[in-house]
Amino acid sequence: MTLIGEPLLSVRNLKTYFVQDEGTVKAVDGVDLQMNARATLGIVGESGCGKSVTARSILRIVDRPGRIVEGEIWFRRPAANGGTGSQAVDLAKLEPNGVEMRSIRGAEIALIFQEPMSSFSPVHSVGNQIIEAIRLHQEIDRRGARGKAIEMLRRVGVSSPDQRIDQLAHQLSGGLRQRAMIAMALSCSPTLLIADEPTTALDVTTQTQILELMRQLQQEDGMAIMLITHDLGVIAEMATDVAVMYLGRVVEQAPVDAIFHSPKHPYTRALLRSIPRMRARSRERLTPIAGAVPHPYDRPAGCPFHPRCPDFMAGTCDRESPGPRTVGARHTVSCFLYE
Amino acid sequence: MLAYIGRRALLAVFTVWAISMLAFAIIQLPPGDYVTSYIAQMASMGSVVTDEEAQNLRIQYGLGQPIYVQYWKWMKQIGDGNFGFSMEWRRPVTEVIGERLWLTVVVAVSALLLTWVLALPIGIYSAVRQYSIGDYTATFVGFIGLAVPNFLLALVLLYLGFTMFNAHIGGLFSPELQDAPWSWARVWDLLKHLPIPALILGLAGTAQQIRIMRANLLDELGKPYVVTARSKGLPETRVIVKYPVRMALNPFASTIGYTLPYIVSGSIIVSLVLGLPTVGPLLLRALISQDMFLAGTIVLLLGIMTVIGTLISDIVLVWIDPRIRLEDT
Repeated sequence: MTLIGEPLLSVRNLKTYFVQDEGTVKAVDGVDLQMNARATLGIVGESGCGKSVTARSILRIVDRPGRIVEGEIWFRRPAANGGTGSQAVDLAKLEPNGVEMRSIRGAEIALIFQEPMSSFSPVHSVGNQIIEAIRLHQEIDRRGARGKAIEMLRRVGVSSPDQRIDQLAHQLSGGLRQRAMIAMALSCSPTLLIADEPTTALDVTTQTQILELMRQLQQEDGMAIMLITHDLGVIAEMATDVAVMYLGRVVEQAPVDAIFHSPKHPYTRALLRSIPRMRARSRERLTPIAGAVPHPYDRPAGCPFHPRCPDFMAGTCDRESPGPRTVGARHTVSCFLYE
Repeated sequence: MLAYIGRRALLAVFTVWAISMLAFAIIQLPPGDYVTSYIAQMASMGSVVTDEEAQNLRIQYGLGQPIYVQYWKWMKQIGDGNFGFSMEWRRPVTEVIGERLWLTVVVAVSALLLTWVLALPIGIYSAVRQYSIGDYTATFVGFIGLAVPNFLLALVLLYLGFTMFNAHIGGLFSPELQDAPWSWARVWDLLKHLPIPALILGLAGTAQQIRIMRANLLDELGKPYVVTARSKGLPETRVIVKYPVRMALNPFASTIGYTLPYIVSGSIIVSLVLGLPTVGPLLLRALISQDMFLAGTIVLLLGIMTVIGTLISDIVLVWIDPRIRLEDT
């Protein structure tokens, strides 16, 4: 692929707000992200920190009343008219339901997400929905698309795919459904797969299988994966890079080893301390992060983490908001400790 | 699939049979019989019916026999295509009902179609653009439509039509074609007269269906499968129509069954006001004068319409939601 060297996806100061009568929820409030082709970027953070909204903002499928109020989402796609090389487009400037955005959505950026139970339409066969995706983005007749869909199902490890293809979603198990979902997402060979908590609803065994499958398909097809999860174990297993989110911001982004071995941001450190260790002494207590996530209508001024931060510096952290600083190779952190 | 429909059809036959018994029992419920109301009617006109005459009448109509014998006789006649003799009209019931039945079906079906043609798109719009000006307008007009009794609307339209356009909008035919035999001119005349009654009869239903469609669709719009469809890159219209709307149609299909007879029986007053030659007013008169075979036949026909409607909605439901088919086999 010709895309290596330049970032595949570069999100700058993205802000997605939900303006309602009760107040504005700043679900995403200044996210900065970098993703290279073929890489796996893990996004971690507590519930409600804006991980999913970031993903949906990139796909431009944020539900009303949410909308992108500021920021850029540069996505590198193959040059138009079949030329060599690539061009970058700012997805944030595109019409959400316009032709260009729709030619990217599903074809170049695909999405799989949490609910394998309800992410397929209950009244259409699985095949119908996969074939629809294939025919939407490729010039191919119905029979060819069906063949392709069966082939995709086989690749993701669905047994007897030529029969499964005509079944309804509720006739498949959770694991099979997620496999079928992956087959649908990858049927148009996207360069970026956004996986929003793909294994959260599955049991541990199935979870491992699905992750293994994603890794294998990534090696074969060479796509990049944005893996959204709150499970640091999954991150350690899958990701090449990690972005840690807190209250709608990326507080730290670094290669996976740097995150686990030399975390810089106090929030990242606290997060790592809060997970159980395999070699812990028995009855050792976990260290929870002090305090609770603030209410979305009532965000703290300055650095959003300052009320819970052990390294809080009065007069600085509660006044201004820190921007991303480079502290190492591909390692940025937003904290006044490193200013 | 065929087995499913076959089973449903068989059940339908049994249901119709049960309805026929019920219909017959219901028309026997009011105290007295046709002769009683005939005597009362005669008395109000000043003539007296002697006991002997009354007795003769009862024998003539078979009214003295036990109810199951009367029912059995009626059923045997129906087997021959004869639904009995209307005592009040002194003509066979089939002749009295005649084309009124088909006109009723035509009026009811057009009211139903009009309801759907209006309600589905407006309901979809209301849900997709929730809290927009269009949504509020539809809601407002919808509740007005629900709250205004349709006979009142009929009166208002009649009045407006008469004073402003000097047109008589009642009836289903122009006076000169009222009793003419069927011809293309008469069909065309019927089509021209149909929109007003269909609109009046369908308005309350439309308002209700708009609300149902809106609520159903709002439930479905947030479901993950809609996000999936959208994330494929489908155009928004197709996302909405193919996935959530299809799910939201489900309750519509299940109401086909009782909507048809509801329109017929709910249309009696409107039919009187607008002078529509439908079975509604006929049923009312037959019930008042205890013209039992006429009333019984109409009640039976309404029942059959319900059963047919239910059968249709069963079939449509299976088509919309294949899960039903799978549960059944």
